[in-house]
Amino acid sequence: MITLIVLVLAVLTALQLIRIFELSSKARKTAEYVVTDRDNNNQGWLMLLFGIGFIAAFFWMLFTWLPVTLPKPASEHGVDYDNLMEISMLVIIAMFLVVQPILFYFAWKYRGAKDRKATYYEHNNRLEFIWTIVPALVLAVLIIYGMTTWSNVMNPKNEQEPLVIEVYAQQFKWTARYAGKDNQLGYANVRLIKDANVIGVDTLDTQAADDQITTEIHLPVGRPVLFRFRSQDVIHSAYFPHFRAQMNCVPGMTTQFQFTPTVTTAEMRQDPEVQAKVARINKIRGEKGLEAYAYDYVLLCNKICGSAHYNMQMNIVVESEEEYAKWLAEQKTVAETL
Amino acid sequence: MADHAHDHAHDHAHDDHHDHEHHVDNFWTKYVFSIDHKMIAKQFLVTGMFMGIIGVFMSMLFRLQLAWPGESFPILETFLGKWAPDGVMDPNMYLALVTIHGTIMVFFVLTAGLSGTFSNLLIPLQIGARDMASGFLNMISYWFFAASSAVMVISLFVETGPASGGWTVYPPLSALPQAMPGSGAGMTLWLVSMTLFIAGSLIGSLNYIVTVINLRTKGMSMTRLPLTIWAFLVTAILGVLSFPVLLSAALLLVFDRSMGTSFYLSDIMVVGEMLTNQGGSPILFEHLFWFLGHPEVYIILLPALGITSEVIATNSRKPIFGYRAMIGSILAIAFLSFIVWGHHMFVTGMNPFLGSVFTFTTLLIAIPSAVKAFNYITTLWKGNIQFTPAMLFSIGLVSTFVAGGLTGIILGDSALDINVHDTYFVVAHFHIVMGLSAIFGMFAGVYHWFPKMYGRMMNKSMGYLHFWLTFVSAYGVFFPMHFTGLAGLPRRYYSNAEFPIFDELQDINVIITMFAIGGGIAQLIFIFNFFYSMWRGPKAPQNPWNSNTLEWTTPVEHLHGNWPGAIPEVHRWAYDYSKPGHDEDFVPQNTPLKDGEQAH
Repeated sequence: MITLIVLVLAVLTALQLIRIFELSSKARKTAEYVVTDRDNNNQGWLMLLFGIGFIAAFFWMLFTWLPVTLPKPASEHGVDYDNLMEISMLVIIAMFLVVQPILFYFAWKYRGAKDRKATYYEHNNRLEFIWTIVPALVLAVLIIYGMTTWSNVMNPKNEQEPLVIEVYAQQFKWTARYAGKDNQLGYANVRLIKDANVIGVDTLDTQAADDQITTEIHLPVGRPVLFRFRSQDVIHSAYFPHFRAQMNCVPGMTTQFQFTPTVTTAEMRQDPEVQAKVARINKIRGEKGLEAYAYDYVLLCNKICGSAHYNMQMNIVVESEEEYAKWLAEQKTVAETL
Repeated sequence: MADHAHDHAHDHAHDDHHDHEHHVDNFWTKYVFSIDHKMIAKQFLVTGMFMGIIGVFMSMLFRLQLAWPGESFPILETFLGKWAPDGVMDPNMYLALVTIHGTIMVFFVLTAGLSGTFSNLLIPLQIGARDMASGFLNMISYWFFAASSAVMVISLFVETGPASGGWTVYPPLSALPQAMPGSGAGMTLWLVSMTLFIAGSLIGSLNYIVTVINLRTKGMSMTRLPLTIWAFLVTAILGVLSFPVLLSAALLLVFDRSMGTSFYLSDIMVVGEMLTNQGGSPILFEHLFWFLGHPEVYIILLPALGITSEVIATNSRKPIFGYRAMIGSILAIAFLSFIVWGHHMFVTGMNPFLGSVFTFTTLLIAIPSAVKAFNYITTLWKGNIQFTPAMLFSIGLVSTFVAGGLTGIILGDSALDINVHDTYFVVAHFHIVMGLSAIFGMFAGVYHWFPKMYGRMMNKSMGYLHFWLTFVSAYGVFFPMHFTGLAGLPRRYYSNAEFPIFDELQDINVIITMFAIGGGIAQLIFIFNFFYSMWRGPKAPQNPWNSNTLEWTTPVEHLHGNWPGAIPEVHRWAYDYSKPGHDEDFVPQNTPLKDGEQAH
C-alpha cells in the first residue's frame, strides 16, 4: 500500500516537473535542441576533464590493483610468457596513453563556436600511409615474437623424458592418474567405468597396472610434466594460472599440455610479493572469520560446465624430487585397487 | 498522410513505381504489418530496446550476486521466484542470466536492434530510393525477428529455466538435458528462437544488399555513398555468408539433442548414465559456431562505426578524413573477419600450428582498425565540433574502440591467450570494444536520426546527462575487469569465494557492481527521453543538424515513397562540409556543382 502511494506521488511529481519544463522551454527564444556555443564550451571542457580523469584513474588502478594480479610464474615457459606479456602490455599501454589524450584534447580544443570555421581537409596519403605502415611494423614484431613463444610452448624440446600425468575432468571434480614406473598411461575410456573403476581404466592393459589414481597433483620441481587431459561428460578447461598453462578437456578425445614447474610451493610461500599477497588475503579472511590461507597452486575449471563450475578445483603441490618420490610411493596402483 | 503520398504519386507517375494501388493505411497496415522501411526500422528499434531492457536488467541482477555472493536480496526473489529461494540466487539461475544476457545483447539488441533499425531507416533514404527492394520481405524479416524475440522471452519462464550453457552454447553441455537444467526445454526454445532469428536476418540482409546495389539514385556512385551505407552493405554481406553456418551448427545440435545423432558427442557418461553416442566432436561445433561468431563481432561493430563516421563528420563540420581509406578498412576488416575464428579456440586442443596461423591473421585486423581510429581523430582536428548528444556518443565510441581494441592484441596472440583465455580479461576486452562501442554507436544513431524517425527532437540536456553517466559507468564497470582477469579470475563463476586467492578481488567486484547498477539506472533517462520526445518533443525542422545526406531532403512527415516529387539527383559525395567557395558550411549531396567546382 505504501509502495503504491509512493509510486503515485512520484508519478504526480514527475508530471508537474514535466509541465514546468515544457512551460519554461516555450518561454525560451531558441529551441532546446539547438547546440549553443555555451553547450559546446561546457561539453568540450567536460571532454578534457574526462580525459584527464580517465588517465588519472588508469594510473590509480595500475598502482592499486597491479599487486592483485598473478605473482611471478612457477614454470619454465611462464617466464617467457610473462616477458611477452610485459612487452605487449607496454606497447598497448603506450598506444593507449598517446591516442586517448589526443582524442579528448582535440574534442576540447576544437569545440565549436559561431565564429569558428572548420578546415576542409579530405585526406592526406602520406599521413594515412604512415599510420598504416607503423602499426604494421610494430605488429610484425609482436606477431613474430608471439608465434615463436607459442611454438616453443606447444612443441617443447625434451632433453629428459617428461613425466606423464593424466588429468581427468568430470562434473565437478578433477582426478589425476600418474603413469607409474613405465611412465606409460594404460588405455582408458569412459565406457569402461564400472563400480570402483571410476575413470574407466582398462584393467586388462598391462601398462595400466602400475598407474596411480590420485586426488591431488604433486610435481617434482625442475622436471617436465606432460599432462594428458580427458573429460567424462562436458567440456572442461584445465587452468593452471600460476604456471601460465591451460588446455580444454574435451569428451571423446585427449588433449595435452606440457610444462616444467620451477618453483616449489614452499619457495613460493617465501617470495616477498606472495607473502604480501597472503597477508592481505588473510586480513580479509580474518575479518570474515574464515580460516587463514597459505599460498597454494591450484587447478581450476575454466570452461562453463554446469551449476558447480565455480567450485571445481584441485590442489597442486610442487616439491623436491625426494618429497615427490615419497608421496608417490604412498599412492596405490591400479593393480592394487581394482 | 497516405492521401498526400497518393496525390504526388499521380503527379509524378512517370518516375514513381511505388504507390500506384489505391489503398488507405489502416492501423494494421500502418503500424503492425507495415511494408514501409521507416516503420519497420522503428519496429526493430522498439523491439530491440525492449530486449535491451531485459538484457541490461539481467546483468544488474547477476552483478548483485558477484559483488555479494550468497547474500540475500529480496529483489532477486521478486524477479526470479523459485530460482532465488530466500533471495539467494541459485547457481543455475546465475548461469542462465549470463547466457541470456549474452544472447540478447549480441543478437537481439546489437545485431537486429542496431543493424535492423538503421539499415532499414537509412539505406533507402540515403541512397535515394522509394523503399527497400522488397517491402514484403522486409516486413517478413521483422516478423521473424519479433517471433524469435517472443520465443526467447517465453524461454525465460519454462519449468527447468532458460538456456544456461553460455551464449556460445557449446555441446555437450548444451546437448545434454542431464548435464544442467537449462539444457532441457530452455535450450530447445533457444534453438528455435535462434533459427527464427537467423531466417529473419538472412531475409533482411539479402534485401539490404539488393537495395544498395540496384536502387541508388542517379549520380549516387559507390564512391559517393555515405559511409553508413558502406558499413550496412558490408555488414549484410557478412551476415549472409556467416549466419547460415550458425544455422547448420544449430540444426546439427537439434539432431544430437532430439534424434540421437552424434555430430558433437562421443564417449560421454553424464550423471551416471553412459550415452551411446560415438564418433562426434565438440570441436566441430566450436569451429562452426565461431565461423559465424567472429564475423558476428563485425556485424555488430561495423554499423556502429558507419554511424559514427557520419555523425563525426557532420558534427565536426568537416569531411570524414580519408574516405577511401575508410572504405578500404571496412572491406579489409570484413575479409579478415572470416579467417580469424580460430582465435577463440587456441586452447581447445586444436592443432597448435593453426594457432600460429590464426594469431597472424588476427593481429592483422589491428591495422585497418588503427587506420579507422586515426582517421576519426584526424576528422576532429581543426573541426568546429558541435556537441550534440550523438556526437558525444560517437567520441565515446572512438575512445572505447581504441581502449578495447588494444587488448585484442594481447588476446589475439595465441601464446598470451593461454593464461587469459576465458578470464575476466576477455570479458573486459569484448565488452569495451564490441559491447560499448556498438551500444554507443546505437545511441548516437538514435539521437542523430530520431528527428527523421519521429519528426520530433529529443531533449538535449537529458542526452548530455545520459551520455556522461553512461560513459563514466561503462568504463567503471569494464576497466577494472582487466585486473581481475590478470589475477586469473575465470568468467562465468557464480562466486569466487571458493578460492582464497581471489579473496582480494572482492572489493573490485563491489566497485564494478556499483557502476553497473548506476549505469543501468542511468538508461532510464534515455528511455524517458525517447518516449517523452516521441509524443511531446518539439517539432523537428527538416535538416536539424545541417547535414549533407539525402535523408534530410525528405519532408519531416513520413510518406510512403519518401520524396513527394522526383527522387533527388546526386552531384557530389556526402562530406562537403565547410568546403571553400560555399556560403554555408554544408553542401547537400543534391546541390549541383558550381562552375569550375571539382566533383568528388
